[in-house]
Amino acid sequence: MARQEDPLTAIPQSIDAVEALLAGQGYVSSRALATVVFLSLKLGRPLFLEGEAGVGKTEIAKTLATALGRRLIRLQCYEGLDAASAVAEWNFAAQMIAIRTAEATGAGDRDALKTELFTEEYLIERPLLAAMRPQPGGAPVLLIDEIDRTDEPFEAFLLEALSDFQVTIPELGTIRAPVPPIVILTSNRTREVHDALKRRCLYHWVDYPAFGRELAILNARVPEAQAALSREVVAFVQALRREDLFKRPGVAETIDWARCLLALDVVALSPEVIADTLGAILKFQDDIQKLQGLETTRLLDAVRRETAA
Amino acid sequence: MVTYAALEIPEDGKLAHNITHFARALRKAGLPIGPGRILDTIRAVEAAGFTRREDFYHTLHACLVSRPEHARIFAEVFRLFWRDPQFLEHLMSLIIPQVKGLQDDRPAAPAERRAAEALLDGVAPPPSKAAEAGEEITIDATATQSAEERLRTLDFELMSAAEMAEAKRMLAKLSLPVKPLITRRTRASTHGSGIDLRRTLRQSLRHGGEITSLARKTPVARWPNLIVLCDISGSMADYSRMVLHFVHAVANRKGQGWARVHAFTFGTRLTNITRHLRTRDVDAALNAAGAQAQDWAGGTRIGTSLRSFNRDWSRRVLGQGAVVLLITDGLDRDDGGALATEIERLHLSCRRLIWLNPLLRWTGFTPKAAGIRAMLPHVDSFRAGHSIASLEALGAAISSPGDGGEKARLMVLLGKQAAPCPWL
Repeated sequence: MARQEDPLTAIPQSIDAVEALLAGQGYVSSRALATVVFLSLKLGRPLFLEGEAGVGKTEIAKTLATALGRRLIRLQCYEGLDAASAVAEWNFAAQMIAIRTAEATGAGDRDALKTELFTEEYLIERPLLAAMRPQPGGAPVLLIDEIDRTDEPFEAFLLEALSDFQVTIPELGTIRAPVPPIVILTSNRTREVHDALKRRCLYHWVDYPAFGRELAILNARVPEAQAALSREVVAFVQALRREDLFKRPGVAETIDWARCLLALDVVALSPEVIADTLGAILKFQDDIQKLQGLETTRLLDAVRRETAA
Repeated sequence: MVTYAALEIPEDGKLAHNITHFARALRKAGLPIGPGRILDTIRAVEAAGFTRREDFYHTLHACLVSRPEHARIFAEVFRLFWRDPQFLEHLMSLIIPQVKGLQDDRPAAPAERRAAEALLDGVAPPPSKAAEAGEEITIDATATQSAEERLRTLDFELMSAAEMAEAKRMLAKLSLPVKPLITRRTRASTHGSGIDLRRTLRQSLRHGGEITSLARKTPVARWPNLIVLCDISGSMADYSRMVLHFVHAVANRKGQGWARVHAFTFGTRLTNITRHLRTRDVDAALNAAGAQAQDWAGGTRIGTSLRSFNRDWSRRVLGQGAVVLLITDGLDRDDGGALATEIERLHLSCRRLIWLNPLLRWTGFTPKAAGIRAMLPHVDSFRAGHSIASLEALGAAISSPGDGGEKARLMVLLGKQAAPCPWL
């Protein structure tokens, strides 16, 4: 599927260009993720990102939209999401008023009313339909967030939308997208998404980054932090991920913690500071209790030894 | 200025063929790859270019892998396929340690064995001298196991027709003490509580826009998912076959009070046997499950197993209001403290926790064992049966009326008890 686009918002032509584009917006991606994003843009296939919470799946959709100058249309999924909330809904109140008005003024031609009631004038657009409309600046970025929260009937419904980029409204007909949108689906893996949906997408598992990349992310997102503090923060979180925790902290937690420490004017980590701000990285009481007292000191010493080495 | 000779670009390039062979090898190794995906892969390689090996790897990975657990197999097959002209010898050396060839001496990585078997695909490795001498070769290409587990794969007797008929009868009468879940979806109904505006307006068009009647809708109910956690330790050894037969029958008969079934066995460690239960044939399913779980008839560490379930699986399978069926006798080798926290967490994560204790004998039972005392307050329903030796009795035990089963009675007994006996 070819895209005819304005050169200013044209899609990047190589994997390096994608990396540079994302880095320009402050998103440091891995080579694998840049490859998948490039393929998705070039081939016009949806992108399916799976991973733990807080690794940057939603963030990349926002970054891509800003970088390419496209509109971001977000569909947040929940259980019981149906076509009425995802595609379009009829404005019943307006329709009923139109009926009453036609009756009252006596201009009620039955056939004309029928054709008039179910037109685009009375249609409330929801994200999926909005993504199929032509947008100024090129095809929009459609973010379908947390698809694992919906159920199987909605997934089956999405298959038509994602394979042919068209939606069907019974009263109106089929509406096709003139330019296929850039579709990104995210999932936290609380449920296995059906293979039929994954098959239509390019799949990527977003993993926790290594030390070097996470430090680059922190420098890009929180540039006002000092280099020494950033290194200590990233090293500590990396050490935490090796512990036996119920929920390991993600990249978003690292960034939040760095911002908390900056707000408290902390220059270097110490067990007291960590104990005070632990709620920024660990969100389960069992994990926090495990890290009380001597555990924090031990981890901090190990981290200091590693960074000194 | 140096002039280079013109490069001869071959007309019959084999890259597309090689990619197809690679995808077929992955299919043999267990990844679901159809011909459509192979075409997409070739197009993707064309779009991404063929300059860096790393990019080639990520391109193939993006198109062919759709689950994180397949990533490791993919890595191994990629390494073996796209590197070495002598890869056949290397594969052989992985299967038979005697045929060393050019491979250095190192233990095989976990997925290498499957990858090697997939790529060899029917080419039988040559018989080694040791086998001819009558010795037994054990090739351990998997991670090592702890000393306490006894490595035994269990042989199940074949199911007789009478047993299968009994299973069907039992399942027809079985009903879990669980109510169906109300979802947010609605469907059309004549006497529901909500008003379906869309249908109302469409029906009104028949009367020229006059709304003569209100169409109604009612919420759709669905069954919750079922997670079965089976104890396969020594104390449950006589019942493991029967219990697994029950779990297989349950997994293949949906709509009786459950939607999807996930099954796990635990003894000293937790194993996921859901995939094997999808086989329709009971014997094949039990053989596969028996081969995969490696801790039969060992000790029981309920707390540790529940902890690994909570950490690794609870967020993946307990998502939408699942019911957990725990089949264990409650006798635990670990201390009770860890067990109490873990079962409390399990109880808080799932919708309903049903404990089935197949070994319980009734007369005069008082919960003395520390494991049972730790677990009892956190289960919703406790079912017991007089020495369940048949599927029917097992089914009857679960579906006997009374929501909490015997829990209320036993909790009263617990309250009257003094400190638990330390020798139990």
